[in-house]
Amino acid sequence: MRRPLLVALLLAAFVGVWAWVSSLGSVDDLLVASPGETVQALRDDWSLLADNALITLYEVLLGLAIAVTLGVVFAIAMHLSRILREAAYPLLVASQAIPIVVLAPIFVLAFDYGIGPKIAIVALICFFPITVNVLDGLRSVDPGHLSLMRSFGASRLRTLRAVELPAALPGFFSGLRIAATVSVIGAVFGEWAGADDGLGRLVLLGNDQLQTPRVYAGIVILTLMAVALFALASLAERIACPWTHDERTT
Amino acid sequence: MQTKVEASATEPPSVAGTSVSLSGVTRAYRTRRAQTVAVEGLDLRVAEGQVLGVVGPSGCGKSTLLELIAGLQEPDHGTVEVAGAADAKGRREVCSYMPQHDLLLPWRDALGNAALALESQGLARREARERAAPLFERFGLADFERSRPRALSGGMRQRVAFMRTLLPGRPVLALDEPFASLDAITRTDMQQWLADALAAEPRTVVLVTHDVEEALFLSDRVAVLSRRPGRVVEEIDVALQRPRDRRAAVTDPHLAHLRERALEALR
Repeated sequence: MRRPLLVALLLAAFVGVWAWVSSLGSVDDLLVASPGETVQALRDDWSLLADNALITLYEVLLGLAIAVTLGVVFAIAMHLSRILREAAYPLLVASQAIPIVVLAPIFVLAFDYGIGPKIAIVALICFFPITVNVLDGLRSVDPGHLSLMRSFGASRLRTLRAVELPAALPGFFSGLRIAATVSVIGAVFGEWAGADDGLGRLVLLGNDQLQTPRVYAGIVILTLMAVALFALASLAERIACPWTHDERTT
Repeated sequence: MQTKVEASATEPPSVAGTSVSLSGVTRAYRTRRAQTVAVEGLDLRVAEGQVLGVVGPSGCGKSTLLELIAGLQEPDHGTVEVAGAADAKGRREVCSYMPQHDLLLPWRDALGNAALALESQGLARREARERAAPLFERFGLADFERSRPRALSGGMRQRVAFMRTLLPGRPVLALDEPFASLDAITRTDMQQWLADALAAEPRTVVLVTHDVEEALFLSDRVAVLSRRPGRVVEEIDVALQRPRDRRAAVTDPHLAHLRERALEALR
């Protein structure tokens, strides 16, 4: 019960500092919106913000789904084949080293203006943490478990299903949590490179039009979206991996 | 396979023709820098239905010996034959291997862990669990079927690992320090329990341990290995009926004499 209280206190302190800074006479109102103005903008522009947030959320979720599917399949393939692992690992790292900011306009040029490039960018940046964490999880298996399965006469597939995949599950969720937080950033970059709608585009537009409170409101929603996705991933882990937290019953 | 598994849950497997023999076995490991000879010129024999205790200083290749018997390794030289099977795959089929640590899967409940070996042989999950369930009563684990390993004590986990080892119904057991991780009282209980279990259901057993008294208490014969590379430096016949009574064993003059002999050989 103490943790939520601490979080609330810290948040309150942050909002307090924010309110204080924005009330200083030397700070331009066009540069910094106060918490009050931000809340006001959230209320006034709610339907506009919500409509665009839904589009961004859609991009994020679709991109995440693609990243999860490809990441898990890729990690398993790399785990099973040493040749593939050694050949593909540098490429995997390289895929993450490409600056997304530069890549985003190229994607938009290549895939047109629609939702496609945004999903592709989200998938690209989420793919890496998921693949790497699942692969590490698969490889973290106690070698004793593997020789035990061999002594039972278990097939490769059986060992994968009974031992390696469950062992990789916590790693998968670690990857998913990281992916969930960066996915929103990916969608925003995608929209900045060229889009008709979405919260990222709305924030960019608001910036150009000096609608600072609306920009702040958009940032608040984007942040909440990432935090909510992170929390959902954590909740899913608690449900899917009950053995990783204490459950002494005797 | 169906009938073999069926038999194991109700009656012990036949130990006829399940002797174990190693002759001139050498096994070395190569690392980047050096070569470690784990065992060299090892000769051992266990008659069907007998228990061989293997004691030796740490790092004498005891675990290598068991992995050779269990078919997890092949020797560099010499032959390892278990129930007539000389190749690793054949040995795996007749031998149940119990590693030093219980190695229970933390995400499976006790029943799922006990059933793991059966499942690995291709039995459906449900069926494997159904076959494992009746054993929980006998192993003193009734009502703990759904508990995960974390919720079980060390002794209970060890018993689950034993069930997992016994359920496939293989006639030869290769046990690697099965009680090493237990506290003294639990260890004593488990030794007595194993002695009784083996009397009720004979198996051909190779029991590796660093505890001379444990080896003498449980075995028909005890082989003492030398420091690495492991060779047999002494073989001791324990001419006492099994199962033995623990309290009697402590004061038995014959066992006390054998203990001295074993400790002398270990020196």
